[in-house]
Amino acid sequence: MAGFRLPAPARVALLAVLVVAVQLATQASGKGFYLTQLTMTAYYALAVLGLSLLMGYAGQISLGQAGFFAIGGYTAAFLSTVDLSAGRGGAGVALATRLGLLLSRPDLYGGTTLGVNPWVGLVLGVALAAGVAFAVGVPVLRLRGHYLAMATLAFGTIVSAVVVGTQRLGAADGISGVPPFPFLPGLRIGGGGADRVANYYVAWGLVGLAMLLLGNLVGSRTGRALRAIHGAEDAARAMGVDAARLKVRVFVLAAAMAAAAGVLLTHYVGGIGPSESSVMKSVRYVAMVAVGGMGSLWGALSAAAVLEFLSLRGVFGAHDDAVFGGILLLVMLFSPDGILKIPARGLLERLRPRPARPGEGS
Amino acid sequence: MNLLEVIGISKRFGGVQAVKDVSFRVRKGAVKAVIGPNGAGKTTLFDLLSGFRAPDEGTVRFQDREIQGRPPHEVAALGLSRTFQNLKLFGHMTALENVMVGRHVRSRAGMLAGMLSSPAARREEREIEARARAEMAFLGVEALAGAPAGSLAYGQQRAVELARALCAEPTLLLLDEPAAGLNMRETGALAEQVLRIRDRGVTVLLVEHDMSLVMRISDEVAVLCFGEKIADADPRSVQRNPEVVRVYLGED
Amino acid sequence: MTLDLALQYLVAGLTYGAIYAVVAIGFNIVYSATGIINFAQGEFVMLGGMIAVQLSASMPLPVAVALAVVAAAAVGALVEVAFIRWLRKPTVLRMVVITIGVSILLREGALFLWGEGVRSLPYFTGDEVSSVAIGGARVSPQVFWVLGTVAVIVVLLEWFYRRTLLGWEMQACAANRDAAALCGVPVRGLVTLSFALAAAIGALAGAVVSPITYTSYAAGGPLAIKGFTVAILGGLGNSGGAVAAGLALGIVESFAVSVLPAAYKDVVTLTLLLAVLVVRPSGLFASGEAARLKEF
Repeated sequence: MAGFRLPAPARVALLAVLVVAVQLATQASGKGFYLTQLTMTAYYALAVLGLSLLMGYAGQISLGQAGFFAIGGYTAAFLSTVDLSAGRGGAGVALATRLGLLLSRPDLYGGTTLGVNPWVGLVLGVALAAGVAFAVGVPVLRLRGHYLAMATLAFGTIVSAVVVGTQRLGAADGISGVPPFPFLPGLRIGGGGADRVANYYVAWGLVGLAMLLLGNLVGSRTGRALRAIHGAEDAARAMGVDAARLKVRVFVLAAAMAAAAGVLLTHYVGGIGPSESSVMKSVRYVAMVAVGGMGSLWGALSAAAVLEFLSLRGVFGAHDDAVFGGILLLVMLFSPDGILKIPARGLLERLRPRPARPGEGS
Repeated sequence: MNLLEVIGISKRFGGVQAVKDVSFRVRKGAVKAVIGPNGAGKTTLFDLLSGFRAPDEGTVRFQDREIQGRPPHEVAALGLSRTFQNLKLFGHMTALENVMVGRHVRSRAGMLAGMLSSPAARREEREIEARARAEMAFLGVEALAGAPAGSLAYGQQRAVELARALCAEPTLLLLDEPAAGLNMRETGALAEQVLRIRDRGVTVLLVEHDMSLVMRISDEVAVLCFGEKIADADPRSVQRNPEVVRVYLGED
Repeated sequence: MTLDLALQYLVAGLTYGAIYAVVAIGFNIVYSATGIINFAQGEFVMLGGMIAVQLSASMPLPVAVALAVVAAAAVGALVEVAFIRWLRKPTVLRMVVITIGVSILLREGALFLWGEGVRSLPYFTGDEVSSVAIGGARVSPQVFWVLGTVAVIVVLLEWFYRRTLLGWEMQACAANRDAAALCGVPVRGLVTLSFALAAAIGALAGAVVSPITYTSYAAGGPLAIKGFTVAILGGLGNSGGAVAAGLALGIVESFAVSVLPAAYKDVVTLTLLLAVLVVRPSGLFASGEAARLKEF
């Protein structure tokens, strides 16, 4: 898009300043507990950013993003809460423990349980989601429009139905008692007031990193090819863009981001429930991308930050779903390019003819 | 030497024989036109050559490689670049970005390099931009670089699309009705451009309605009618071919 | 599995399948007229059931059902007028998202009005325990109401499209909107009508089946997915195909439950949907030729 844009690193720096300012403000006003929801917001934002790349740039709708989030979250929850201490005598378990793949920790009853190291859960959760995304994406991304929407909706619903129907995954109750994630020595991703500030910075640090990488990506040759697919797929293919392959890769990347977010959020809040896999969650992610504007990572991030935080604070009360449905409807009816673009549009017109420098985002 | 050799290709859609046993050759360095009345199968022929459809029968040989049935992006990578009859620009991208996409086949930075913005990727990106600007300048539309493609006038869009195709540095350029929707002045400029493109060593194959344009710039003309080739020669002979005259001017 | 039990599963499958077929036909009606897949189609089935239950408290059952159908048709028309009619050349992505938004609002509206509870109409004839013996299976009389109603809907629709001027106009509108408009067909009104009609038949099916399946505010979503599966299986726009595919899916599901945990029943359908979308998006009955010419 034409118009002046800050270069990606400068914008990420701006984000960093904002993140610090918010933390200091909560501290000064004695609202430190806000940081918990702000941290959760950051993880959800990661899933939304992945979807923004897929939907806003490549133009491929997905109503299954929550399914990938849940695959990550449930993998992490299952592996870190499974108790392998019964197998302690076995050679396999001993070896795995020595390699650091397993961790023991005290349980509620004063004994110790032997669970899988959360790092292993992170790797496996992300790999599983990426693998599933690849297997689903290769055939499904050949579809367009309604068919793609319905196919991804079917995928999301399958994940949801499997989660709810499987006792080992806690069925309707989900999995609780997930231990913290040993992120760095002395820094664990998990609940508890002591780590709150550190956790906030870790989560938003990851968002900043994602913005930097994705911001670079959308301004690169690959990002240009993605937008080309969105604009006119035939023409993109005629220019040598392997559209099928690129769409699958972005689908997998989006899934991996959602899964990583799912893993970390699950460790942060100490559990996961089937609502994380629900289609309504996927619709919420779509709503955030739509509000922020198609083809705008920063818009998606802003929308996710505001809407998710308000939702987590319970501002929408029992009408959470209705609010997101309504937002989705209003945005798509009146401003399908996203609400952030309404005031910006006139301004940008005036700032032209300063041409957009390519390589600085869209 | 023949750059492109089409041997007996056919394509059928349901009951309609869109292209029937068509053969022809395009000499390296030549401008060749395919003409024919509406529905003669010209656009289908282009789709068969550029990989958008696979022929039911026949061979398409490009630089001594058989390319029929290969997907478009592979065909493009081999050096065959095309434009579209109904202009397919990326409307929400700038004109410059559109042209830069044309460079996709001649560049390589992948997803990871893009994310990390590696020095090699950045260097390549600068080269892509320089090349794109050069192609726009070649066609006289460098001033439009920053404008959103969707906001351009029709003739400007044509030029940007042509620049995009050229940016791929093709050996063979396929132009699908390049003069459609252009006024006389623009058509004249287009004729000029096609000849300059040929002078750069690019072979050109075009499908066109505008007879005066075809006669002016083509070295050879093939005529399609209801999917079949009815003539293939130099422009003068084709113009005098009674069958062509009958098809084009009607029998009365 | 004994023969009697198999028969029992078969009848249950036919009952559900008939409802899926009606939802699929609803998709077809709107799709034919507009090219839109209305993701909110399942909500009309829910609305039909819920409104009829509400009204039946204060009026005779047939009147309640009739009014519920009218009310749902009005909601369907309203949806078209409020959210669809005035959009100029909307992209598919936009239409998908808008109809999803509508479906969420209808569902949340139902939740607000009627709460989370599960409701149902009384049996139209007989009660929970009365049954008709067919072979060795015991079949609730309501099953006959469902199958009969669906049969009547299909026959009436066929008659409507084949024999009435309005039906012809709707077909013309579907085949070529611009040409139909040139011939004086009131295209806009017909699009609204198609939404109302789709909503009405969905609501009728929803009311008739509610004594057997019960209904709640959340019943629409799963029905929409199954109805869509059936519409695709039968070939979009092909109502005969929808009936065949609907009954087939109902039976498959019914037997699947006998071997799989009940929670996985939907997984079977959805996997089937994914498979069909990927392998044969034109449906089971369409010719391959037609399929290649369409764009998915």
